[in-house]
Amino acid sequence: MSFSLVDFLQALSAGILVGSAYALMCVGLGIIFGSMRVINFAQGDFLMLGMYAAFYLTTGYGVLAFMGPYAGPIAGAFLAGPIVFAIGWLVHRFIVSRVTGAGAEASAGSGAYGQILVTLGLSLILQNGGLIVFGSTPTAIRTPLSHSSWEIGEILLNRARCVSFVVAVIVAGVVYLFLGHTRRGKGLRAAADNPQAAIYMGIDVDRAHRLAWSLGVGITAVAGGLIASNQSFQPYTGFDFVIVMYAGVVLGGLGSILGAFWGGLLIGIVQQMSTLVFPYQLQNTCIFVVFLLIIFFRPQGMFGRLSERT
Amino acid sequence: MRSPAETRRQRWAIAAVAAAVLVLSFVLKSAYYELILTQVLLWAVLSLGWNVLCGYGGYSSFGHAVFWGLGAYTVALAMIDLDLTPWVSIPCCAIVGAAAGALIGFPTFRLRGHYFGLAMLAYPLAFLYVFQWLGYQELALPMRRDAPVLYMQFEDPRVYVVLALGLMVVALAISLWVENSRFGMALTAIKQNEPAAEAAGINTWKWKMLALMLSGAMSAVAGGLYVVVLLVLTPDTVFGILASAQALILALFGGVGSLWGPVIGAMVLVPLAEGLNAELGNVLPGIQGVVYGVAIIVIILAAPEGVYWRVLDRLGRNKRPASPAAAPRAPVVPLPHPRAAAHGDLLVLKNIGISFGGLRALDEVELAVPEGGLYGIIGPNGAGKTTLFNVVNGFLAPGSGTIEFAGASIAGLRPSLVCRRGIGRTFQVVRAFARMTVLENVIVGAYVGARDDPAARNMALAALDRVGLSDRADAIAGGLTTRELRLMELARALAPQPRLMLLDETLAGLSHDDLDGILGVIRQIRADGTTVLIIEHTMQAMVNLVDHFTVLDHGRLIAEGNPNDVVRDPRVIEAYLGKKWVERVAATAN
Repeated sequence: MSFSLVDFLQALSAGILVGSAYALMCVGLGIIFGSMRVINFAQGDFLMLGMYAAFYLTTGYGVLAFMGPYAGPIAGAFLAGPIVFAIGWLVHRFIVSRVTGAGAEASAGSGAYGQILVTLGLSLILQNGGLIVFGSTPTAIRTPLSHSSWEIGEILLNRARCVSFVVAVIVAGVVYLFLGHTRRGKGLRAAADNPQAAIYMGIDVDRAHRLAWSLGVGITAVAGGLIASNQSFQPYTGFDFVIVMYAGVVLGGLGSILGAFWGGLLIGIVQQMSTLVFPYQLQNTCIFVVFLLIIFFRPQGMFGRLSERT
Repeated sequence: MRSPAETRRQRWAIAAVAAAVLVLSFVLKSAYYELILTQVLLWAVLSLGWNVLCGYGGYSSFGHAVFWGLGAYTVALAMIDLDLTPWVSIPCCAIVGAAAGALIGFPTFRLRGHYFGLAMLAYPLAFLYVFQWLGYQELALPMRRDAPVLYMQFEDPRVYVVLALGLMVVALAISLWVENSRFGMALTAIKQNEPAAEAAGINTWKWKMLALMLSGAMSAVAGGLYVVVLLVLTPDTVFGILASAQALILALFGGVGSLWGPVIGAMVLVPLAEGLNAELGNVLPGIQGVVYGVAIIVIILAAPEGVYWRVLDRLGRNKRPASPAAAPRAPVVPLPHPRAAAHGDLLVLKNIGISFGGLRALDEVELAVPEGGLYGIIGPNGAGKTTLFNVVNGFLAPGSGTIEFAGASIAGLRPSLVCRRGIGRTFQVVRAFARMTVLENVIVGAYVGARDDPAARNMALAALDRVGLSDRADAIAGGLTTRELRLMELARALAPQPRLMLLDETLAGLSHDDLDGILGVIRQIRADGTTVLIIEHTMQAMVNLVDHFTVLDHGRLIAEGNPNDVVRDPRVIEAYLGKKWVERVAATAN
């Protein structure tokens, strides 16, 4: 367990940069898990869709080629959001809404199983459909930024990751303002807090859920688009991120959007810092261990609250 | 719980399915089909293992691959490193699986609901990376042509079918035994309302651990045989998310919590996936996953409870067995310890205090309830009444103070142990096992005091008789009225013949007519020798019911004594009652 201060700072900064993208995808999942209480196994696959959307917009079909190698990938990541938002909207409208929401609450217990199975089914369709459509060869969005870095002292900061850090913080900030300060955002939070009461207050919970679901997968897709510019991916990539996302959301505290952001950031830091002590291959195992520790010792997370009455 | 005739039918069904599989294995001509059949049987065993914990007990695990994978690696490594035959190592998998279940359950059962499921998801994935890191990317079992039978390497693939079939029959028999025993009843109660199960004397932690260990053992044995059949294994195939998902998909598809659900799921979905892979895998890689996913979604939208339950509903066979209430009634069991009134104090609380964060919920509360008494606790909302009950029956451990029941300290005991000592309780919001019948609800409560199942049944019938609910014994608890639910909960607490009953706002939400009936029942319970401590809001009824009042306000004891005196106490009036009550009580007194 010996490493220098430079190694430490290098891992820390890498953790913060990687963690920002994790934070953004956690915000996406946090909106869904927090408001619908649905365990969405397909969340990672929507992330993968975001990666491919950004890829085809920039490199593949070059729709955004005119924007140049610097702005193109960023614009691609941004645009992946609305594209996946639309897909998510359709998926919720025709599939997910039939097993979630106010209607499904009546059949509590058996309802939860239906939701799990449906998202597992979605995950299978997206992964394997992706295999058919996109092929199994790993790809990446190559930009000049991916392979260059800024140097601060002896610490190297990957430029693509720096850019994704800035974008992730901005997007997360916009989402935070949307949820806190707009009518729709407030309705969504009310539906999350107490669906029954929200219905009585005249909020269309089903519509609020649809917005939450679409927004959630859309935001996660933007995070996917950002990651795609500094990491290669293939149709099965999504699942690698599911645990990262759940760990971040639970760490932050169920139902807290701000918590999800900090939770995701912390997971990124843990992942990168673990390489200082443990072998590289075990970095994901470290995430799982941290995840389990959080669940055992503080299941309400950093920003959450638990309430149970007898 | 099934009737004996129903159980016999299920045994025949298991035998019939086993015979059909045997015939099928002799009809199939190709080794490939035999292999698929073997896999169907093994996945069914994994799913049956999953079903024990998750179907019966209601704790969904997204990580059963951890047991499957540990079983597979146990057999593979035992053979590669120790030259140990699978004939020995596969039974050992049961021990490995049970031990893993115990180690995992110990911390993980602190969690409920989604958190439990997510934590379970992490275990196999953590193992996946560890086994990769250890360098077990791809293991192949060594071929032992010198002694094929000794090392379970048969020429004839049908032998594997027979082995896997044997395993499945054992798994089905275990499941049937669970369903028909106190074990299954405890798991069902936990699934439907865990706190109520604990308060009714079921040691929920013990049963959940046993379920996870049994479940892990079944899954690990199946994983062990799986690697013998396939000969190669990678961390991804056995610890991967697909293995975990398979366990629950098969059970949910077929019908969760049923004996046949996992088997139906495996028989439909495993060949479907394999067939699609074989037919179309070359042209469209991944097509089997897409079709599999679509099939799952379509089924869930069409029959969310699974194929088995849906078919059962369609056939109209989901009727309850013949009315047990019509069966000859057992005589009311005499109380085991006849009690004369006023034998000194049965329950003594001294200096009880508890805080939640900064809130002092109970502060220096003292209470002594004499044997045979009928005591009431009143106080405004948030006074700490229910908290006091939670401390007495073990849901909460007191921050300070002592609780003595019948001369022995009970502070810090689990609720189920408190119940065993002879304290029954009801809840402010009725906690029924909603999908059980009234009689089954009460039987769960009776187990604590019963030697065996027939005794529990007799005690439950007697308790129903005492509260006057015998005619509703076969009704499903979910459909009862408030009055009936209150009576059922009283019967459940009463069934094991406790020495003390804690009644938490039993009179709340009842109409005037219903009130009189329940008051009569409570008086009769006391007259039969059980001490009663009751929390209430309904002042008028309480003044006439109890012989002693204790008043709580903001966690403190502010007055106690004779009800008529207490309600005239100015401190009580100030804290809670308001002036008009003085006039009313005065009016009724005159």
